[in-house]
Amino acid sequence: MAGRSTRRRFLEATGAFSAVLTGCKRSGGPDDEGPRRIGKPLSAYGGRSAFEKSARALPTTKILEVGSSYTPLAELVGTITPSSLHYERHHSGVPVIDPIEHRLLIHGMVDRPLIFTMAELRRFPSVSRICFIECAGNTHLSYGPHEAPTVQVSHGLVSCSEWSGVRLSLLLSEAGVQPGAKWILAEGADACKMQRSIPLEKAMDDIIVAYGQNGEALRPEQGYPLRLVIPGWEGNSNVKWLRRLKLVDQPYMTRDETSKYTDSMPDGTARQFTFVMEAKSVVTFPSGGQKLAGVGSYEITGLAWSGRGRIERVEVSIDGGATWLEASLSEPRLPAALTRFRLPWRWDGRETTVQSRATDESGYVQPTHEALIAVRGANYEYHNNGIRPWKVMADGSVTDVPA
Amino acid sequence: MCRLKLALAYILCTTLFAQSPKYGLGRTPTPEEVHAMDITPAPDGTGLPEGRGTALEGREVYSRRCARCHGPKGEGGDEPKQAKLVGGRGSLKTAKPLKTAGSYWPYATTIWDYVNRAMPLDHPGTLTHNQVYALTAWILQMNGIAGENDVLDAKTLPLIKMPNRDGFCAGRQAGCRNEANCEGEEGGCEERPLILKHISNR
Repeated sequence: MAGRSTRRRFLEATGAFSAVLTGCKRSGGPDDEGPRRIGKPLSAYGGRSAFEKSARALPTTKILEVGSSYTPLAELVGTITPSSLHYERHHSGVPVIDPIEHRLLIHGMVDRPLIFTMAELRRFPSVSRICFIECAGNTHLSYGPHEAPTVQVSHGLVSCSEWSGVRLSLLLSEAGVQPGAKWILAEGADACKMQRSIPLEKAMDDIIVAYGQNGEALRPEQGYPLRLVIPGWEGNSNVKWLRRLKLVDQPYMTRDETSKYTDSMPDGTARQFTFVMEAKSVVTFPSGGQKLAGVGSYEITGLAWSGRGRIERVEVSIDGGATWLEASLSEPRLPAALTRFRLPWRWDGRETTVQSRATDESGYVQPTHEALIAVRGANYEYHNNGIRPWKVMADGSVTDVPA
Repeated sequence: MCRLKLALAYILCTTLFAQSPKYGLGRTPTPEEVHAMDITPAPDGTGLPEGRGTALEGREVYSRRCARCHGPKGEGGDEPKQAKLVGGRGSLKTAKPLKTAGSYWPYATTIWDYVNRAMPLDHPGTLTHNQVYALTAWILQMNGIAGENDVLDAKTLPLIKMPNRDGFCAGRQAGCRNEANCEGEEGGCEERPLILKHISNR
């Protein structure tokens, strides 16, 4: 009965509170007059306002278990991607995995093969880190104005989250890596058991075996209940639904490191194991598909990131690349994380071209699209980090600039 | 001498510490558990299971399980885009490279492994090892790399040298920082230098 009386007291208190609210009148327009309806009740798991419609863009293909959905970069603020809008890239659909049943096996060239439950993994000392994950195919070289009229499709295969989990190096020291082991074969528990070979050196540096994303468990689309997070490296190597890590002496030449995610050069050879996502930036306002409301004040903004560390500088050109202005950068500037840049702008109503150029802490400067093509040729599909200009037309509409 | 002893003691200590588990979490997997998950063959064939198959046998399985997406002769269909299995030899240098198992994939073991783990797209994991060997043989035969009666098994499959075996360079995994600002760094395996001087407009 104690429970009931507590509840009654609570109801009385809320009733009194509502009375206070309804009794409290602000001076204002006619909207403030008269009775008002009480709002929605408490809820166990929150959702966004019904007025908000931002969504991932889905491909037009028939098969949606294989492919990518794109983060609406132009509609986001700040640097963290809401988990519901994190881009997707699946090779065999999103598996349904019961975390009670899930296991992580570490075996191969180790002194002690080990198998962990999720509960055991959560007992290890944990770490959290904010970093981006970018698909190697983001801004695919074949994406022209027709295929990618908006920044969502041209650059939306990058997202940024706070990831939590266990350092892979810690798990490896528990298993005892044997001399001669140089690579780790990482395998997922999705239907195709997607796998990649990853250099041991990176594992000993900063790879996280992650179970958390933005304060809660990973989303199923991002690998629930367990995934690799490899700061700064191409998305595909961040194996989702992680079930197995095998220490080996050589890369296993899996499908996704030979036939895919390799970079064709003009002489017909291909670069392999090009893991790092180089410094890149893109203006999200103004960007393709948007329309300026008229002449006057705006804030040019966008995102910059580098797999090699912090963003040191972002320059913006509003005259087709003739001159560059330094944009302000959001703090904290974290290594291998999205960094927002901003620049106040007064549009005079004339046609112009807007673009951004990032420099990272290693001194690397984001190249132009033309400069990349000149060295790599046009068959180099992945890892396109070239500068992307947007054209503002005199009527305020914004379009992609044909390369 | 004393210094040598110290060094030895240091090495011994660090080795012992490095090699002993600190948290005692997890357990030793059973051999059956490892065997069930350890499905990936190495490019030298280590880990390939028992079984065998020929292209002739593979053609029959292919027509039932694969042709719907990959086309009757491996020519591919509308969707999924990557479904083309045949052709493209000599195209990698051209403006329209066609990357197929025959023209691009460097290891036959990768074909076996990918068919085994990921195909057919809508029912992965339903092919027997014999069927996977047979389908690998059929894909190789369609590309003129194996004969229709060649028997593929754990011994013969890794002996096949794919046409594009030497078409990859892996020197960049930890070396050169891309083209821009690449001066002074080794690590690429390109024949021509990939140095791109960035001219700052600042």
